[in-house]
Amino acid sequence: MTEVISYAYAVARDAGGSLTEALAGLPGVADAPVHLVRAGERGDVVVAVSPVPEEDFHEAALRANLEDLEWLESVARAHHRVIEALASRTTVLPLRLATVYLDDERVRRMLEARQEAFAGRLAELAAHTEWGVKIYVEAPAPTDRPAPPPADADAGLSPGRAYLSHRKAQRHAREDAYRDAEEVARRVEAAARGHAVDRVQHRVQQGELARGPGENVVNDAYLVPLGQAERFRADVSRAAEGLSGVRVEVTGPWAPYSFATPPETEPVPGAAP
Amino acid sequence: MNEPVRRMGDYPSRAGPYGGQGSSANLADILERVLDKGIVIAGDIQINLLDIELLTIKLRLLVASVDKAKEMGIDWWEHDPSLSSRASDGYRSLADENKQLRAEIRALREGEELPAAEEEDEEEYEYEDEGEAEEEKPRPAARRATAARGTRAKRPEPRPRTKKRRDTS
Repeated sequence: MTEVISYAYAVARDAGGSLTEALAGLPGVADAPVHLVRAGERGDVVVAVSPVPEEDFHEAALRANLEDLEWLESVARAHHRVIEALASRTTVLPLRLATVYLDDERVRRMLEARQEAFAGRLAELAAHTEWGVKIYVEAPAPTDRPAPPPADADAGLSPGRAYLSHRKAQRHAREDAYRDAEEVARRVEAAARGHAVDRVQHRVQQGELARGPGENVVNDAYLVPLGQAERFRADVSRAAEGLSGVRVEVTGPWAPYSFATPPETEPVPGAAP
Repeated sequence: MNEPVRRMGDYPSRAGPYGGQGSSANLADILERVLDKGIVIAGDIQINLLDIELLTIKLRLLVASVDKAKEMGIDWWEHDPSLSSRASDGYRSLADENKQLRAEIRALREGEELPAAEEEDEEEYEYEDEGEAEEEKPRPAARRATAARGTRAKRPEPRPRTKKRRDTS
């Protein structure tokens, strides 16, 4: 028989007692059903947990598995799926991927110890969602070379020099695009200021994680009150209007992944020093 | 705590099967959040978070299955001149161009002196040939712009395990 241990997804407030229903039939990591762990009988702060095979999640196995892209994708998507299901009903504090306990009792003890801090942060994040805003520079690509100029215009220029002068023109176009991106970033910030209550700057997605064309130069997450979300999205999406070399991509709503941990400079009410 | 019901489901245009981003979300965006964000609590199984930081780097370098990765939107190698000269889009075959240009520069050097301004261009070009241009290129100053109220920079320093402990009691 396979030994199982407890995979914890998120902390959530189960005020109306409706979360169990939200999780019904939803496959978690390793396709296991997800349940809630409570601290005490009346506690409405819960942890969503599901059993996972110990053999895949002990330390050495985890280390190896996390580098298996296929395994990582399936766990990441399952983790995210459970968090989304919870977030569609209530306020959620997502836990980092692969937070694993020996059993539910260990999860319960952790919850007991941290309940107050969790409740505080849940209250702060209530009725807010996270929105991602990425800015891309779509600088003219080096291969976008114009048709070769007529021979007389190019007279005296060797092919090498003509090439270099063309490169120079491209570089200027690139600089313009970056300048435009700064302008867009300013506009996004101005637009966001009217709606968002917090912001976290993520590392830009370079290469391996960048999907769209262009270079990602800004990758931020904003915490936006529910009532402002549509206006936030509309205003931010307009930031690149009239600037053709820059693209703004808005994603969301997300559960507040980027805001689950309170800002470190901010004293947390109820938290021990 | 009056929690609105179906909070993220309030956005039908974006709603996936479970509300919010649903299964349509870009894996890159999901990985960024599940690996780098969220509350860090030391569970019973200890994985060193530095390993996870490394993981993201390794993902960049070791992609197990090319087709799988492409499907997930991870196709950086096609943009990386040091790894591929395959023509795919606007980034195509920088490496080929580099070779061509270097040959031309060599030819120029043999024939005549290159003016200074052009030397500069040549440097930039060799730079890109190292495959590091994307990493090293100056970023726009957007980061420096004054931030919105409540802004906090979350630059890497991945040591959350110690710094995020906030046990009560």
